[in-house]
Amino acid sequence: MSAIQFWTTIFIVLSFSVYIYIAWRSRVKETAGFYVAGQGIPTVANGAAVAADWMSAASFISMAGLIAFLGYDGAIYLMGWTGGYVLLALLLAPYLRKWGKFTVPEFVGDRYSELVRTIAAGAAILISFTYVVGQMRGGGIVFSRFLNLPVAGGVAVAAAIIFTYAVLGGMKGITWTQVAQYTVLIVAYLIPAFAIAQTITGFPIPQISFGSVLAELNALSIEFGLDSYTQPFTARPQIDVFLVTMSLMIGTAGLPHVIIRFYTTKSVRGARYSAFWALLFIALLYSTAPAVGAFAKFNILDGVGGTAVTELPEWVDSWEATGLVIVNPEVETIESISNNPADEADLTVDNDILVLANPEIAGLPAPVVGLVAAGGMAAAMSTAAGLLLVISSSASHDFYFRRVKKGHASESEKLLVGRLAMAGAVVIAVIGGINPPAFVAQVVAFAFGLGAASFFPTLVLGIFWKRCNAKGAAAGMSVGLLFTATYMIWSLYISPGSTVFNISPEGIGTIGALVNFAVAIIVSKSTEPPPEDLMELVENMRSPAVARRGGAPAGPTVDQAPESELGGA
Amino acid sequence: MSESKQPVAPDDEWREQYWKRNLRLMVGLLVVWFAASFGAGILFVERLNEIVIGDFPLGFWFAQQGSIYTFVVLILVYALRMDRLDEEFGVEERDAEGKRL
Repeated sequence: MSAIQFWTTIFIVLSFSVYIYIAWRSRVKETAGFYVAGQGIPTVANGAAVAADWMSAASFISMAGLIAFLGYDGAIYLMGWTGGYVLLALLLAPYLRKWGKFTVPEFVGDRYSELVRTIAAGAAILISFTYVVGQMRGGGIVFSRFLNLPVAGGVAVAAAIIFTYAVLGGMKGITWTQVAQYTVLIVAYLIPAFAIAQTITGFPIPQISFGSVLAELNALSIEFGLDSYTQPFTARPQIDVFLVTMSLMIGTAGLPHVIIRFYTTKSVRGARYSAFWALLFIALLYSTAPAVGAFAKFNILDGVGGTAVTELPEWVDSWEATGLVIVNPEVETIESISNNPADEADLTVDNDILVLANPEIAGLPAPVVGLVAAGGMAAAMSTAAGLLLVISSSASHDFYFRRVKKGHASESEKLLVGRLAMAGAVVIAVIGGINPPAFVAQVVAFAFGLGAASFFPTLVLGIFWKRCNAKGAAAGMSVGLLFTATYMIWSLYISPGSTVFNISPEGIGTIGALVNFAVAIIVSKSTEPPPEDLMELVENMRSPAVARRGGAPAGPTVDQAPESELGGA
Repeated sequence: MSESKQPVAPDDEWREQYWKRNLRLMVGLLVVWFAASFGAGILFVERLNEIVIGDFPLGFWFAQQGSIYTFVVLILVYALRMDRLDEEFGVEERDAEGKRL
């Protein structure tokens, strides 16, 4: 066992023990009746939990590597996956918190109709599932490298662990586990980033110091036949950069497993501040990622480029076993580098390994490498667990209980259906993780496109336009979803590589959202308005307290929302 | 739903006022949101890249750093301003002891 394997095992076993311990303690408390949903969780902790739930293998493992190869164009992920929180905080979270039903299908079921609820449950399953595939792939890469397995074996190991974890810790008390996972993943991300910044530039804060390598990076990139690093629109045309960024943002705001977290806040005000803390915690990683990407690219070009094949550094050798680093057997010195095997460059480096390999590439000590592996697992697991819960609750509660059994099913029956749905999702996700349709971050981007086209418009109209009715919402959501999925399938499988107006399958969600808005508005306008009492409910949703505190500003009158009702579901 | 049984304030005008103020704040913040990300980071990135501040081409900086910082500040401003607005209209949430939730 090498030093790296030793430390990886230590860190993964240690961090997993902590998660399981916390999950176990929360459950003990719960059965003893100490745990009350929505109370005692400080806003800051909830923000950290949102951040862990949110930042997945795509953010942790895949994103910096993508940025390294995309240069400026990597900004689509940086802006897209942070800007959505502004929409979430301003347009959705506080109102949905006030409404009190916090799964997306529950809310649209109340606001519109049972049909819309079923469509939403279907969309939630589809989106969460696409997203889980990305997590499996990410977790699989970690295990593949550190257990010396082929990627397929790594995916199977990751899937087994994620499934066990989701079933075990997948109850209400996972908030604190996710706080621990956030801590592990952010520490694991920042330590090597600071160390690398210090080694390369002599200044440890990567956000500031990566500027100083940009000029040299541009020059090196051109030397190796790549695009200049800071040059915009080299990988995607401007219109597509715009649309993909927008699609990721509005998709973020509509993701079911993120929205559900704002239910655990104490108040409407808590939901607003949770969004702030969540984005602050996310920004810690997201502002570091472009620096990590730039440094990694710099290290590879500077350290490997022009080197004789026999003299390549050790990390190339150890990653070759995974099949994710390929040295062209016919060359003697490395003169071209690519991330795409089809380019047949002298050295091919998969995007997804850069963050994991970065400490090795930069020559950091073995414990740091092990820590990064644990961080990658924390990111993949916390997100996968959240997603599997959405899949299982949508399948068992919104489909089975509400549609199939019309409300007559026992708790144990529901639980069984939920677990079966989870197991089915894991099996299909393993197959998807072994043969992914695209890189991890891109797979995830498809999930966002689907979320953008289905949930966001329906939710925003439900809050901001009282006149929007069930028919409009149902029509808008199904047409938007169908349109987006059709375009993705067409562009990926039926006629691979073809696009309309240069719009990539990742960017089509923006158009799908516009289609959803348009259809919902037209259909609502041409059908009867929603009933009076429903409009009054929407009106009520728009301010934090149910009734206004009577005239005297100093008098702290009690006007609470009916908590018993909010706590239901 | 017991909410419908809640006494509705005699004049419903405050609700409209509150909502209007809320929307105005929201739209203002969304304009900044759009300008920092889609404006500086995408639509005008090439022109801004001609300006280099501390080794960073400005458009590139907005796309990969500045927009993220802007987003964090925007949500904080929203939460703080809404606190004030809620209090002004007397619709903030308080627990049984009158402590703000």
